[in-house]
Amino acid sequence: MIIAERKPMEEIKQLIAPYKKVLVAGCGTCVTVCWVGGEKEVAILASQLKLARSAEGNEIVTLEATVERQCEREMVAEIKDKVAEVEAVLSLACGSGVQTMAEMFEDKPVFPAVNTTFIGMPEKEGLWVEMCGACGDCFLDRTGGVCPIVRCAKGLLNGPCGGTRKGGKCEIDPEKDCAWVLIYRRLEKQGRLDLMRKYYAPKNFRAVKRPGKVQAVKA
Amino acid sequence: MSKEIVAFCCEHSAYPAADLAGKLRLDCPENLRVIRVPCAGRVDVIHILKAFERGATAVLVLGCEDGACRHITGNTRAKERAKYSEMLLKEVGMDNRTVDMLNLAPNEPHKFVRAANKITKRIKESEEAR
Repeated sequence: MIIAERKPMEEIKQLIAPYKKVLVAGCGTCVTVCWVGGEKEVAILASQLKLARSAEGNEIVTLEATVERQCEREMVAEIKDKVAEVEAVLSLACGSGVQTMAEMFEDKPVFPAVNTTFIGMPEKEGLWVEMCGACGDCFLDRTGGVCPIVRCAKGLLNGPCGGTRKGGKCEIDPEKDCAWVLIYRRLEKQGRLDLMRKYYAPKNFRAVKRPGKVQAVKA
Repeated sequence: MSKEIVAFCCEHSAYPAADLAGKLRLDCPENLRVIRVPCAGRVDVIHILKAFERGATAVLVLGCEDGACRHITGNTRAKERAKYSEMLLKEVGMDNRTVDMLNLAPNEPHKFVRAANKITKRIKESEEAR
């Protein structure tokens, strides 16, 4: 899923400083799971903004709405009545959601309240780690399902680098597991260690032409 | 709700304690508003923020003693949420607002009154300091 982090409060306050009526819009998918942009976080941010502005003597009216997925036009269309009522929209969705919203309501300024950071998974409660770099040329078949592009600090295709610490930790970050140790152990369990002896030529990082576009083949 | 102290009271501990304080005619701050909740763990961050939005000066979350929560972890969650709410208030420059979480038993009306009076005193002192 897509992981995001909320922007600092000062920055959010600056973004909506000129407006008196704002819609705080959440997304019910990835950002809800990473505790940044779901219904709950929408309510908290709206309340914080009201408290901050009332302390400044500059009251603000906030509307709240959370759609299932802010990156789908049909779902964003569900809140068009609320958008019509406000001067600006503060979106707590990922960059894709913000852009969908901005495209659907071109006459309203749509501001991001979060920074979209990476594609990852929850490691434990409240901690998310990066798992995929969306490089467009998946390498996981050769590495036992551990991505060296994002999980190795150096992004090595032919690892380990030689700096692995005792206990299989990374030399850059001793808290982090060395991706190539994980790859070795995984391949060992699968009896596929011969893959470690193979040399992989530099990866084609142009596999995905930016901006990316995928057309499904219809049956 | 202007200038009120909102006390979210767990119905298994703090609420009976507040009730008992009333029966014993113990002196409580007159601006204390008691809200009965099924468990301190039911009190979410948004409830605390909404109380401040409506003009409360302080929020007390009162739950069962450690290890005595009817819902096992409600009181520990409440403590974390009270701490988190304080952080959120600080973020918007309202660090003078107090959010406290206290554990007490249903037979401790004096502890309830002490907590309410203590918070009232603290508010008064911070108002005088400003």
